[in-house]
Amino acid sequence: MEIRILAPTGALGAGFSRAGLAAAVELAPHVIACDAGSTDSGPAALGSGTPKLSDAAVRRDFEALLLARDHLDVPLIIGSCGTAGRDDGVDRVAGLAREIAAARGLRFRLARIYSDQDSARIAAVHRAGGLSPLAAAPAVSEEDILDSHIVAMMGVEPIQAALADGAQVVLAGRASDTALFAAVPHSLGADPGLTWHAAKTVECGAACAIPPGADGLFVHLRDDHFTVSTTTDERRLTPHSVAAHTLYENADPFLVTEPGGVLDTRDARYEAVSDTSVRVSGARFRPADYTVKLEGAALTGYQTIIVGGIRDRVVIEALPELIPLADKYFAARLADLFPAVDPAAVDISFRTYGTGAVLGVHELPDLAPPPEVGVLITVTAPAQRLAHDIATFVAHAASHLPIPRYEGLVSTIAYPHSPPETDRGPAYRFTLNHTIAPATPTEPFRTHLENV
Amino acid sequence: MSSAQLLDLCSLVRSKNAGPFELTFDFVCHDEAGYRELRDSELLTPALFANLFALNENQVGFHAHDAALAIKVTIPRPVVQGSLDDADCYGGQQYALVLDALDRGRS
Repeated sequence: MEIRILAPTGALGAGFSRAGLAAAVELAPHVIACDAGSTDSGPAALGSGTPKLSDAAVRRDFEALLLARDHLDVPLIIGSCGTAGRDDGVDRVAGLAREIAAARGLRFRLARIYSDQDSARIAAVHRAGGLSPLAAAPAVSEEDILDSHIVAMMGVEPIQAALADGAQVVLAGRASDTALFAAVPHSLGADPGLTWHAAKTVECGAACAIPPGADGLFVHLRDDHFTVSTTTDERRLTPHSVAAHTLYENADPFLVTEPGGVLDTRDARYEAVSDTSVRVSGARFRPADYTVKLEGAALTGYQTIIVGGIRDRVVIEALPELIPLADKYFAARLADLFPAVDPAAVDISFRTYGTGAVLGVHELPDLAPPPEVGVLITVTAPAQRLAHDIATFVAHAASHLPIPRYEGLVSTIAYPHSPPETDRGPAYRFTLNHTIAPATPTEPFRTHLENV
Repeated sequence: MSSAQLLDLCSLVRSKNAGPFELTFDFVCHDEAGYRELRDSELLTPALFANLFALNENQVGFHAHDAALAIKVTIPRPVVQGSLDDADCYGGQQYALVLDALDRGRS
């Protein structure tokens, strides 16, 4: 048995070489699959529904893949549409699919698989003790759940069901990256260990190639091994580079948990076939009770930021005393101007770049004094107007802090912008990284089919 | 061993989110000899990461990956990704603490 899988790029909209895609299409893949999402860029996509990548970038890749799919007449599977895999992300990519089909004269059967979860229902599951936290996830309250936008991460089963119903293009909401590549091989009876390992290897596209980049990988999945190859000679693969990809964004490099079990690559072997191709064997899949991961994000507040810099060493040396002084003044001013606002609902934070802003409390104690300090002040409040109004007095006061060495008024922060305040809109936080045990693998998801 | 020696052995040193609540560090070596030297030096230990990030050693996941020529360390994220206190949304610069600590004898 040989099953061929094309992973054209690591993220729909990240790009790929057109020549690489054309070369891969010549190899006649049984399926083209591509991830479009991640939590790696933070909670904003899940909280707001705004994708990380532009429609223009997604359209460029998606059009090329729809044309390749049409040429080959094989399934095209896109997962975690719109970055977070929210229902509106699926609808957004479905809208692009219809536009591209109309413009290029394409026809296909389209499945939209929705992943949004009703927060009241998840709160009820929580009350019944049905939520299990994943590693290091903090305690979650019922209020957090009710405030959250929640998606469930699907495995292969909803995708397989859509394909069985005749779908040629599958737009999945939040999905396990690997499930996109594993769905078709599983249906064709491929070895589960090899299938999941191959899927894990290609889910980021050519991220494991040398040089890494936004491009594709191609898999030949056989009875007792798979080979993974680059789609362009400009990128190489080595047994080391392929093995090292099991490290990427993973807590454990050997054990990868999927909804239906665990991929175990401890006994995997990696052998060079050529400069651009590696043969992999030995991984095993151990089935376990079926669980589905939930991701949730909730609104933190609205933010206004102020960016500036400090160059005078007298001011830099005084910062450890000045910042607490400023905080005290801001609290008093807030109470004076906005007596109805709960001070606990407002956060005014100073980050002084050059003195340990990046590592925070874990910074080493004896950092050398910098010649220049970057200042980022972030105001977070329950409403944008309030955050902005607070930021205006914060910016004014922060640039006129009293320096003990100087008798007159000095401008203590250099602002590059006029006005110095920038509204950045809503900010979100992650709330859920938990699992539930669904009645069936497809039960949390809803599928709609249409002819495009 | 200094950070310069570590960087000589490694082709890649990085930190990265492993989901919103965990942070993972990868130290990938150039070759088999460098990997064995790093692994056997016990330079990178659960105790080092526990010390630097104020954790218990049992919170530190530690893996030596022979095929990847890599040491991998995973800890609870020092600050939850995207929270108000988080200054590193991708967790991509947190490994700098490990490099600096080697030069200051914080192991």
